[in-house]
Amino acid sequence: MSAAPDDDVVTTRYDWRLLLRLLRYLRPYRLAMLVSFLLIVLMAALDLVGPLLTKRAIDEHIAKGDAAGLLGVAALYALTLVCAFAVRFGQVYVLQMTGQEVMLDLRRELFAHLQRLHVAHFDRNPVGRLMTRVTTDVDAVNELFTSGIVTVFGDLFTLFGIMGVLLWLDWRLALVTFAVLPPFFLVTNWFRKGARDAFREVRQKVAAMNANLQENLAGMSVVQLFGREAKNLGGFAAINREHADVNMRALFYYAVFYPAIDLLAAIGIALILLYGGGRVLGDALTLGALVAFVQYSERFWRPISDLSEKFNVLQAAMASAERIFTLLDTKPQVVAPPAPRALDEPRGRVAFEGVTFGYDPAHPVLRDVSFTVEPGRSVALVGATGAGKTSVISLLARFYDVQQGRVTFDGVDVRELDPAELRRSLALVLQDVHLASGTIASNIRLGSPISDERVRSAAEAVHAHRFIAELPGGYDAEVKERGSTLSVGQKQLLSFARALAHDPKVLILDEATSSVDTETEQLIQDALRTLLRGRTAIVIAHRLSTIQHVDEILVMHKGRIRERGSHRELLAQRGLYWRLYQLQYKDQELAPVPAAPPAPAPAG
Amino acid sequence: MLRHAIDDLAAELSYRKLGLYAALIVALAAAEGVFRYQMRMVLIGISREVEYELRNDLFAHLCRLGPDWYQRHRIGDVMSRATNDMSAVRMVLGPGIMYTANTLATFAGTLAFMATISPRLLALALFPLLLVSVLVRHYGRKIHDLYERAQEQLASINVLVQENLTGARVVRAYVQEAHESERFEAANREYRERNRALVRTYGALYPGIQLLMGAGTVLVLYVGGRMVIAGSITLGEFVAFGAYLAMLHWPMIALGWVVNLFERGEASLGRIHEILDEPETFADAGRAPAPELRGEVHFRGLDFGYEPGRPVLHGIDLHVAPGSLVAIVGPTGSGKSTLVNLIPRLHEAPPGTLFVDGVEVRDWPLRALRDAIGFVPQESFLFSDTLLANVAFSPRPGTAERAREAAAVARLDKDVIDFPLGYETRLGERGLTLSGGQKQRAALARALAADPRILVLDDALSAVDTQTEEEILQGLRARRGRASGTTFLVSHRVSTVRDADLIVVLDEGRIVERGRHDELLLRGGPYARLARRQQLEAEVEAATA
Repeated sequence: MSAAPDDDVVTTRYDWRLLLRLLRYLRPYRLAMLVSFLLIVLMAALDLVGPLLTKRAIDEHIAKGDAAGLLGVAALYALTLVCAFAVRFGQVYVLQMTGQEVMLDLRRELFAHLQRLHVAHFDRNPVGRLMTRVTTDVDAVNELFTSGIVTVFGDLFTLFGIMGVLLWLDWRLALVTFAVLPPFFLVTNWFRKGARDAFREVRQKVAAMNANLQENLAGMSVVQLFGREAKNLGGFAAINREHADVNMRALFYYAVFYPAIDLLAAIGIALILLYGGGRVLGDALTLGALVAFVQYSERFWRPISDLSEKFNVLQAAMASAERIFTLLDTKPQVVAPPAPRALDEPRGRVAFEGVTFGYDPAHPVLRDVSFTVEPGRSVALVGATGAGKTSVISLLARFYDVQQGRVTFDGVDVRELDPAELRRSLALVLQDVHLASGTIASNIRLGSPISDERVRSAAEAVHAHRFIAELPGGYDAEVKERGSTLSVGQKQLLSFARALAHDPKVLILDEATSSVDTETEQLIQDALRTLLRGRTAIVIAHRLSTIQHVDEILVMHKGRIRERGSHRELLAQRGLYWRLYQLQYKDQELAPVPAAPPAPAPAG
Repeated sequence: MLRHAIDDLAAELSYRKLGLYAALIVALAAAEGVFRYQMRMVLIGISREVEYELRNDLFAHLCRLGPDWYQRHRIGDVMSRATNDMSAVRMVLGPGIMYTANTLATFAGTLAFMATISPRLLALALFPLLLVSVLVRHYGRKIHDLYERAQEQLASINVLVQENLTGARVVRAYVQEAHESERFEAANREYRERNRALVRTYGALYPGIQLLMGAGTVLVLYVGGRMVIAGSITLGEFVAFGAYLAMLHWPMIALGWVVNLFERGEASLGRIHEILDEPETFADAGRAPAPELRGEVHFRGLDFGYEPGRPVLHGIDLHVAPGSLVAIVGPTGSGKSTLVNLIPRLHEAPPGTLFVDGVEVRDWPLRALRDAIGFVPQESFLFSDTLLANVAFSPRPGTAERAREAAAVARLDKDVIDFPLGYETRLGERGLTLSGGQKQRAALARALAADPRILVLDDALSAVDTQTEEEILQGLRARRGRASGTTFLVSHRVSTVRDADLIVVLDEGRIVERGRHDELLLRGGPYARLARRQQLEAEVEAATA
């Protein structure tokens, strides 16, 4: 029932357009590719020399008792070997190093593209799958370059080279030797298809087994509490069994393939002996040539079976390339206008003018929403889940674009601004605090040029300094596993410090709903007051105490603003807000009352 | 065979004999093929079976380790042992043994033949081949290490991308795209560097092997050729010797490779055994199946800490009569969760401090104890299966029949109507993602479906909205009226605990107060202060209104 696209798609045909597009990545390295290509031809040629030298040694020196000449041939052989070593190493080196450069470029392009993509893209697509594009798929494409294209040419050269030499040595015997080729291709083809299918199944079983194990480990205490150990072991063992069976199926192809190839090779040698031996007897062929034939025929099979193996690699790489290009072809939906208007001195006036918006345009979540926040003033959005509060934030930060009406910043439509410039004037504090690996300081600073003092003073202002100072290492303490060692409240304060350190004109805050202990709650509320001071603020409020700090409250219901006004006015109306308020009061945690009555709302 | 054929060729022979030789070559290859097929299927087959058994054993053992152990070990590390290390061990049992046998057999056969031709030539030709083994072994290990280093970097890239994508909104909002790209570029370059180091080493290995093998061939060609000229060996022997030498190429490579396999396999087996040797966290008392549990819970002077010297609970005395509803309130870190975690033995209470139905918890058969307890943890963990399978999770009889009723009590039913396939909707990675509140309600339904005598809600409704919570509490009350089960309710909210038979206030691991809501209010202690604060706040609100 899974609607998600299968990761294991294998393109069944070679798409030449795909290949051409891939070749474009080799453009900057055409010289290296050319060198590698020449080296591989040279290598194929050098590999052909050995048996020919053996033939000459037998026919012209050993058979004639010429010890001095033999030394010359042996020396020549040794020289060929050293050359082959150098060429082979050079070829692998140049090719692999180029492959690394191409991967670097491809990854860079992918990552940069991900930075431009629409945020919603990451909600829709599991992050794990997108990560695979940047890692595994790029590696697979590298295979295409390194053991693919170039090496295939090398194999083909070797193959045709050997065939040529054999025909030149004795065309009749050569044709007899080639008689084994048709069955050889049949066996190889059978193996290639069978092994590919079997291995696809193996991969699926491995993934399923890992997923099952991972889940059981993560939920082990639930498994134990409910006494599901035996049942879950049964489930795991079933997948484990399938995994073993599928592996045996894959093994079968190998177990048959290798002996079959050996048998065909033996038949080839028998044919050479039978027919060639006869010709030696009839003096139509030298003994050395016969030995050379046997040696060549042994080298004959390698490129052929290599080629068939590579066929699978190439196919997998093509599938990866297809997935990578599909991602690269996904157009960013929010783009900077060609000639963005500049904000000289941002003041922070925010206005929604008749905005209608829906993630799916057929189902608007905001309908004809209008409001204005003057610089330095603050509004709170309240309303039940699904009222459209979060969408307001997304539109202002221009994660999405409106369908009707407009959102303006300092009177300019946000679509006419460079998104980066707009966002630099905003600071966003989300419910789920995102912490990256790094230090506490780097999580406050992010990548912005903010001095240590400012990081610290920001942390002090929002009461984060105290707990940071207690961490081993203080501001340089490592944030582990996305801050799992920090409490919810501490993470909140950190995200406040981050916002304050960036000193934005406009603060956008989606208050966290999760419960924190009373002391932390007090700190958070106090920090919030600091944060709001002198800033335009839009707050999605869940706490009564927060609402009291703001200048205007917008009550949203089903995508519309139903009531607006101050806390006092709204309570007096005895409308929606009043009802929400009653509900919230009941919901109130065992929270202490602020020591002093909340600061009176500034006159306005 | 080739040797006789060529010698005979040199010394004139009949077509008939040539045919015989050819037939023999094919027959031998066929026989060898059948043998190799059998060997591969049997030996590798055995290794797969052993792997299968070992992996099941590991899984079963992992099921016997408690939360303490899981807190000390990262899942990624355990996964790596169950996958990478497991396959390293299998490689020894399968390919390792097979190639060793293969190499030994080939050696025994060919070396004997080669020695009969010329021991001197053999010694000479074998020398470069031995070097191949040494080369493969040495560089094989180095390459493995370099490869691991590259893989580590790939893992860091993975983490970087993951963080970037999950934090996409923050990255956009704080205009960190350029900075992130720089970080990625650095990681990307480091990965390239490590791969380059790998290429430099392995790029030389295969050509080096070819060179050494070629050296063997040249030596045989020259020295052997001179011996033919000198008449000490025949031309056929010379050619046969070369052919035998070629047969040794692959076993020599395998030899070096196999040594590395064994080395890695041994280390991996050690890591797997580290888990298997870990003693079971909760040895079962193994007494006869207990009679139906009533649900009386008694803490007697209980002190508890996760680490020695850092107590979390002090002198807890608490008696809970069967069928009562006990609420536990207190600030974060006061020990509320720890207290209820001890009941199903998620952590082990000290001897003589915790009794269920008058029997010490550690004397109960673990299964009987846990079957009687429905536990709803703070963080609701659901499995990627259908919603129904998640609710009817307990293997106790009758669970499936109770699932829908349980879902109704947990107020999950009103959401299920909107799900595409109702109760058959799949959850998780490739299915539906539930909201926090839905997850908590599903976890509650899962516990209720097992029809427990003791129900424990460990702050398990924190993400459920107030109105729904009220409905759920009503449902639980009604259920209690029928089934008279004992309920433990850990909560932050006054609305949740108000109707409890007994409210216990914890602070810093001690019970600071206990009683009913009204009594506690009258007593004017911490609970009353908390409640009054709330009251006061309401009055302040009313005044500003």
